[in-house]
Amino acid sequence: MSTRAPARHARRRISEEKTAQRRLALWLCAPAALIMLLVTGWPILYAVLLSLQRYDLRFPDERAWVGLSNYAAVLTDPFWWNAFWVTVVITVISVAIELVLGMLLALAMYRTLIGRGVIRTLVLIPYGIVTVVAAYGWRYAWTPGTGWLAGALPPGSAPLTEKIPGVAIIILAEVWKTTPFMALLLMAGLALVPDDLLKAASMDGATAWQRFWQVTLPLMRPAILVALLFRTLDAFRIFDNIYVLTGGAADTGSVSLLAYRNLIGGLNLGIGSTMSVLIFLTVAAISVLFIRAFGISAPGTQGERR
Amino acid sequence: MAEIVLDKVTKRYGDTVAVAEFSLHIADGEFIILVGPSGSGKSTVLNMIAGLEDITEGELRIDGERVNERAPRDRDIAMIFQSYALYPHMTVAQNIGFPLKLAGLDKAAIAEKVEHAARLLGLTPYLDRKPAQLSGGQRQRVAMGRAIVRSPKAFLMDEPLSNLDAKLRVQMRTTISRLQKDLGTTTVYVTHDQVEAMTLGDRIVIMRDGVIQQVGTPQELYDRPRNLFVAGFIGSPPMNFLPGELTVDGVRTPLGTIPLGSQMPRGTVEPRRVILGIRPEAFEDAELMRDREPGVFYTGTVDIVESLGAEKIAFFDLGAVEAVRSEHLEALSRDRGTQDMAAESAQLTVRLDAKSKAAEGRPLKVWFSPESVYLFDPDSGATLTEHVVAG
Ligand SMILES: Nc1ncnc2c1ncn2[C@@H]1O[C@H](COP(=O)(O)OP(=O)(O)OP(=O)(O)O)[C@@H](O)[C@H]1O
Ligand SMILES: [Mg+2]
Repeated sequence: MSTRAPARHARRRISEEKTAQRRLALWLCAPAALIMLLVTGWPILYAVLLSLQRYDLRFPDERAWVGLSNYAAVLTDPFWWNAFWVTVVITVISVAIELVLGMLLALAMYRTLIGRGVIRTLVLIPYGIVTVVAAYGWRYAWTPGTGWLAGALPPGSAPLTEKIPGVAIIILAEVWKTTPFMALLLMAGLALVPDDLLKAASMDGATAWQRFWQVTLPLMRPAILVALLFRTLDAFRIFDNIYVLTGGAADTGSVSLLAYRNLIGGLNLGIGSTMSVLIFLTVAAISVLFIRAFGISAPGTQGERR
Repeated sequence: MAEIVLDKVTKRYGDTVAVAEFSLHIADGEFIILVGPSGSGKSTVLNMIAGLEDITEGELRIDGERVNERAPRDRDIAMIFQSYALYPHMTVAQNIGFPLKLAGLDKAAIAEKVEHAARLLGLTPYLDRKPAQLSGGQRQRVAMGRAIVRSPKAFLMDEPLSNLDAKLRVQMRTTISRLQKDLGTTTVYVTHDQVEAMTLGDRIVIMRDGVIQQVGTPQELYDRPRNLFVAGFIGSPPMNFLPGELTVDGVRTPLGTIPLGSQMPRGTVEPRRVILGIRPEAFEDAELMRDREPGVFYTGTVDIVESLGAEKIAFFDLGAVEAVRSEHLEALSRDRGTQDMAAESAQLTVRLDAKSKAAEGRPLKVWFSPESVYLFDPDSGATLTEHVVAG
């Protein structure tokens, strides 16, 4: 008994210290959190409020609370669903291609010994160019008659005015632009894999291919998930590339573009806000999904998948 | 099991030579220790045998076959790393079984071999754990398990025990020694620790700046070091080095004139500068000697006494005598991080019987035989004395 008491006492003191530290941390974070809440929380709340009203700037007198009927209208609208699926397709395909290309680039950048600096700079150039500027570059390239890429197509084709070629070109522009970002994130992940582990794997009889799949990839998993999360969220909110390339013609618009058209073009604040809120919810759902996946796969956690 | 032959193996990184013309014949089942100061090329040699580093020049043969160009996976050699290099995303069982899985064995066979290796190393209760949930010693054993499970031709170990605490290190040393004897697998073992080197190996290879200094059994290296570097490296506490002059009738030293022993070269008329080496254990407390053997007596004031129970270590400060300076010894003291080897004035360390009455600040008379004295050339560092093997 007598030997145990001081130990318990010490433990209590440690936990007291911890609580005090935690309190201090909360106080230190509070100002930043408050500003975040004001800056991002208010617009979100305002959008939610708007989405519950009939509010068209062309008929300001008809403004009224309508409950969820805006949501019913949007969710039964084929234009919304078309935009939604186009966005999903663009997101999934471009992120998948970026992951593969980004991984190849990351490996190349990580392994090259000569001209490392030059290669890294070159790879990052697309990411440094303003999206709209790059998008105009692609648009002119694909414009029949003047574009260097359009010239390679059979005469008479105008890819940016058709749905599938249009979406393909949007994906191409997106991939070209953001693969470097992916590669950069993945390269940070490659640095997580200790050299000794790869050496041990080669001694254990692994080929380069087996080392990549059975050692490098599993160890990089956290970094890959972060990269995928960032890029998926980004890709789902795609706007500027489409705005410049097709303007949403031939049903190639994304949900963001559709919301913009309703809000700014159509001046329909109610419907536009409803769409914005739906986009927000989708993005939040994607985040939750990824974070759940993280929680399970973070290294060292119990119950990790075998 | 295999015979490994290194034939004038050289490794260059650009202009720097990491390993120069390394030639060694490792017999089947032999336990070879590579020792040397930091940067002497031990790991490089090991990595070249493993296939993790290319061989710039020379030939590496395993069982008579040239393997320079073979990938690590085609050499059938297992390696244990200082960091253990366990796969953090795999359980202990999966870690140990990984080489077998890569070799394409079926699940039942893998499970059986893993079980066996785990039993040998006392890892059975931990098979389902991840490396992060193991202690340092357990991780070390998992690394060993992964090496032995596929019965490779040879083991390579790069300072496998240096991350363990002293007690565990002694324990694991015995484990490694026992395993190697039981399995009879050729082993090359890199270490900094000279006790490990002396106790584990059949033969020791001492390296310095990428060059082999001497190869031999622990006893050979202790009895007949080929040069100053080897003499200073082997033995703990290290050999005493003092300046001396070789003349026709003996060696003039700060400890008095030592008559020429049978192992010493004949003196010349012109006195010759030499470095004198005497091991601390060559001294005896004069008081404790029963019969007066011929030899040299030295009386000095004891500076410090360390009582180790079974023996006493006494240090004399030789005051006015300047410490021996030699590039061959500097490399050693840098590696050991000891100040006394680089001290301004010379020190004398003696190892005495526990019954000795040596006390700090009191005068003490010690005895040593001229036969136990080593002489070295101050410039080349080569040993000038020729010791006959004892027993
Ligand atoms: N990749 C490399 N490029 C250039 N020089 C290298 C490289 N690897 C090793 N060296 C050099 O080769 C020499 C031998 O290195 P090595 O790692 O074999 O030493 P070591 O004896 O294992 O040392 P330690 O005891 O510190 O592990 C060192 O001088 C080192 O600087
Ligand atoms: Mg090393």
